[in-house]
Amino acid sequence: MNAAAWLDAAGRLMPHLMLAPIALPLLTAALMLLLREEHQRTKLALNLLSTLAGLGVALALLAWSAHTGQASTLGVYLPGNWPAPFGIVLALDRLAALMLVLTSFVALASIVFAASRWHRAGVHFHVLFQFQLMGLAGAFLTADLFNLFVFFEILLAASYGLLLHGSGRARVQAGLHYIAINLAASSLFLIGVSMLYGITGTLNMADLARAIPGVAEGDRGLLHAAAGILGTAFLIKAAVWPLNFWLVPAYSAATAPVGALFALMTKVGVYALLRLWTLLFGSGAGDSALLGGTWLMVGGMLTMVFGAIGMLGSQRTTHQAGYAAVLSSGTLLAAAGFGQAGLTAALLYYLPSSTLAVAALFLLADLIERWRNDGTRTDADDEDAPFLSAELLPGPGVNLDDAEEVLIGRVIPAAAAFLGLAFLVCTLVIAGLPPLSGFVGKVAMLWAVLHPLGLGASADMPPGAAGWTLLALMLGTGLLALIALTRTGMRHFWAAQDRAALRLRVVEGLPIAALLAACVWLTVQAGPVMAFTEATARALHTPEVYVRAVMEAAPLASPAPAATPQEAP
Amino acid sequence: MEIVLALAIGVLTGSGVWLLLRPRTFQIIMGLSLLSYAVNLFIFSMGRLGLQLGKVPVLAPHAPQDLQHYADPLPQALVLTAIVIGFAMTALFLVVLLASRGMSGTDHVDGSHSRDRQEMP
Repeated sequence: MNAAAWLDAAGRLMPHLMLAPIALPLLTAALMLLLREEHQRTKLALNLLSTLAGLGVALALLAWSAHTGQASTLGVYLPGNWPAPFGIVLALDRLAALMLVLTSFVALASIVFAASRWHRAGVHFHVLFQFQLMGLAGAFLTADLFNLFVFFEILLAASYGLLLHGSGRARVQAGLHYIAINLAASSLFLIGVSMLYGITGTLNMADLARAIPGVAEGDRGLLHAAAGILGTAFLIKAAVWPLNFWLVPAYSAATAPVGALFALMTKVGVYALLRLWTLLFGSGAGDSALLGGTWLMVGGMLTMVFGAIGMLGSQRTTHQAGYAAVLSSGTLLAAAGFGQAGLTAALLYYLPSSTLAVAALFLLADLIERWRNDGTRTDADDEDAPFLSAELLPGPGVNLDDAEEVLIGRVIPAAAAFLGLAFLVCTLVIAGLPPLSGFVGKVAMLWAVLHPLGLGASADMPPGAAGWTLLALMLGTGLLALIALTRTGMRHFWAAQDRAALRLRVVEGLPIAALLAACVWLTVQAGPVMAFTEATARALHTPEVYVRAVMEAAPLASPAPAATPQEAP
Repeated sequence: MEIVLALAIGVLTGSGVWLLLRPRTFQIIMGLSLLSYAVNLFIFSMGRLGLQLGKVPVLAPHAPQDLQHYADPLPQALVLTAIVIGFAMTALFLVVLLASRGMSGTDHVDGSHSRDRQEMP
């Protein structure tokens, strides 16, 4: 189906289509709960169908939001038919649509991957998966803070279950830490939200944006404290250093499809920060304009360093994938902290590409570890120090030198070749090397740092210390990531080891190929995608449009006005 | 009344954070519970006109319909949601805690005996 047809379908169903990304997974999950655990295949089929339909809906919403040129026709849905500051509001703009498409795509890939074996590792995998999708979609669509909290809790509750899927000591241990830190973060979230309510008297994001410039001078310190507490809750989710020590153990202990889905979870934190920060503390926020931007920037930069060093220091591919998620999240936060529309556009291009690559790396890591431990039971669960394990070091019989005769003339099996190529593509995207989308995204970000006002206008404007630091860090962390991933690749694909040929099923290869093909597509279509993200960034940095669209959304007239008693004016 | 409530929230938060930083899973869950009580009280106190003692958010037939005569209903709705969610999460945490205890044989958060003895004399 082409874009025009999507657009036509979306146009006719809007604004009700906006509810579908939340309602569809909810209903599917509720239906699946009625099925007994023996009906695994039915559940799988339902899950696949629902996720596929979700992807279709997300694409239609994306086409719709990209088409409505000036964002004055932002999608606004009033589920309770109450006008904006009083009732619940869902709002769809380009950023939300982009995140929805990304979520559905990664989810589809991981459910197909799970279909090969992981979904049988425990009970209720499909149900939890759908609830997770519901929470993610809700967090992207909601336009008020308390519903954001509720959807965060839904996605977190589902993620606790998914993390523990498959059980085992490592997962329970990592899950314990993950749940504890997220419960503490939820407390911070609630404190921040209720303080904001106490100061401004509203929880609607658009209404908050209107109220913040007019907050009394005596309350401004309190407002900033509230924003800081709320921001900390999101930063924990976005895995900023030093609040991210839970991430790598949790993500690497999770089963591979769950790890791939979790690659999205840090992006929810980044999304919430980007959305609220640009909306509430944009340049129009009076005395609170760009509050905490420096913190975001510095935190992001430290996270980049932490992620890159972690990648270099870890030997397991799953740990590397976890640190790659940290690195990507740090890059996004550091770039977001600058508060420049050009940089935001570039980071919005980098966000999907890095998420796809990290998700693919999680899936690949599972296959690689299975290949390595072919036939033998992996005892990763009982290991004391996973980073310094002797079994992961190349032994004396392992040939790491490509000049030695033994390797020449060896036939590479197709499955191993596929795995090697996929790993190569992942490396290129994560390290940001040409010719793939990671490179395009990083170049776009560096370009925006060097030319903050566009090419002509910023001729006399040097980037400043922060700009140069970001530039150096982006290149440096790219190099470290490259070294780390190259080393892993050499050990797994070039070193001659006695092991059986890899048996790869199509359902395992397909999602990885799809995720990486999406990265290639992003590279080929970089022009249109960048135009889209530029429009997104412009809309984010002019929050007035969003505020007006949400506040002016009129409730539908009652079908029988005479029969309903009128409210007192 | 405000000072009593503020002190209660402060004491609950302080104890909660202290327990949260302890090495035993049981202490963690107590800490998280105390923290969630503190947060619930905090939300409750964040009504638009302070604590509004002795007032209810239910419309009365005679009183004029403004916030001077009623308690702010929104924090009450929020606190209800927060209590339900917090309760469910605590129950879930309890299950994971028991699973961890069963699997590792210790109630240390890292599930290891050796460090356990060092930190808990």
